[in-house]
Amino acid sequence: METSVKQAYAIETEALTKYYGDFEAVRGLTMLVPKGSITGFLGQNGAGKSSTIRMLLGMSRPTRGSGRVLDFDIANEKQSIEMRKRVAYVGEDKRLYDYMTVGQMIDFTKAFYPGWRDDVEKKLLEEFRLPLDRLTKKLSKGMRTQTALLLAFARGAELLILDEPTEGLDPVMAEKLLELVVGAAADGASIFFSSHQIAEVEQIADRILLIDRGQLLLDTTLDSISTDFRRIRGVYDTAPVMSALALDGVKRVAVDGRTVSVMVSHNSVTIAERMRAQSATAVEVSPMTLKEIVLESLKRDQS
Amino acid sequence: MSLSYSTNTVTLFLKPNPASGVPIYLQLKEQVRHACETGALRPGDSLPGIRALAESMVINPNTVARVYRELEQEGLLELRHGVGAFVAQRGTTRWTAARTGQMKAAQKAARTFVGELRRRGIESDEIRRLVEAELATSDGKVPLVG
Repeated sequence: METSVKQAYAIETEALTKYYGDFEAVRGLTMLVPKGSITGFLGQNGAGKSSTIRMLLGMSRPTRGSGRVLDFDIANEKQSIEMRKRVAYVGEDKRLYDYMTVGQMIDFTKAFYPGWRDDVEKKLLEEFRLPLDRLTKKLSKGMRTQTALLLAFARGAELLILDEPTEGLDPVMAEKLLELVVGAAADGASIFFSSHQIAEVEQIADRILLIDRGQLLLDTTLDSISTDFRRIRGVYDTAPVMSALALDGVKRVAVDGRTVSVMVSHNSVTIAERMRAQSATAVEVSPMTLKEIVLESLKRDQS
Repeated sequence: MSLSYSTNTVTLFLKPNPASGVPIYLQLKEQVRHACETGALRPGDSLPGIRALAESMVINPNTVARVYRELEQEGLLELRHGVGAFVAQRGTTRWTAARTGQMKAAQKAARTFVGELRRRGIESDEIRRLVEAELATSDGKVPLVG
């Protein structure tokens, strides 16, 4: 990586908050995205993902709290402009200038980015076989997407922020996009991407951040999900003492008749032992997929 | 359409299954080991570059780097500066022969064990669950896939 290692995070937010009128879209979000990581940003529709991304990109101002992207203050106009030279953004809407041809669009974009990667441009032009002299407004939907991807990935950005990047793409293009993400990461770029496709997050991310109703619910690594997160199920002879399950690592407890199901983020061995000691028979410990963990974490408490 | 061939070492490895409960890095590590054990990769053979392997498997390049680094520490691979990763020469490690024997014996033991459970009427997915539960409880470590 060319950039200095003076700070370890590509994105830092501190109590970031955004109101739209009375509606709190983002509520005191504090999060860290390490440099060089591929971080998946998960949450339901309306959880505050896009609002957060808009603030990070300087497209809207935080109501409260602060944030830094590549060590630039997101609320400072001047710094935000510097930041945007180093950050590439791909959203669901692939915006292009209608009056330009594909070739003009590429030359125009190239002029703004000193780190432009001619090799990436060449490779993607060959791969996508884009018609250079066609007006962008006359492109098919698939070609629009390919043009937008070329413009984003050839910029040589230090940080890529992707909002639902594979939404609406066919499976081949979706896989191609992930391949581009992986290639950019191999070049040292940090990646921050929101997605509803849990399978693709599991495939390429090393970290995940899950938000719900504008707040951080889960911040963990994919390795930790495989090795530490567990579901422990025990069948009890007598009614279990729930307070005895308030142990380090217990995330959620669900009781269904005599069966108690616990989601733990770590410490599974001790917790399973405790359940056995509490007269639970048939204590079963099983690994959890990211999908199960996300669904379980988002279950509303019945209180 | 004609049948297409690829002689790239990249095709040696299968795309990992993220939902298996085994970290992707362990799945890849096990695949590299397996390729060495079966002779698909031999001493002196070069491995794909980090970028090439990450792109072809569509996985995180940090994962590939970590696997190569750990396998170097275990003596299976050699990392040559600016050139890439190679399977270590037999002379520098007794890993391959010893490990091959071990794995063959373990495979035999696994076959006997699974056969015994089947005779008792336990179904495949039940066996899988039992083994997973056992590994998950025993020491917090996860199973390696072959």
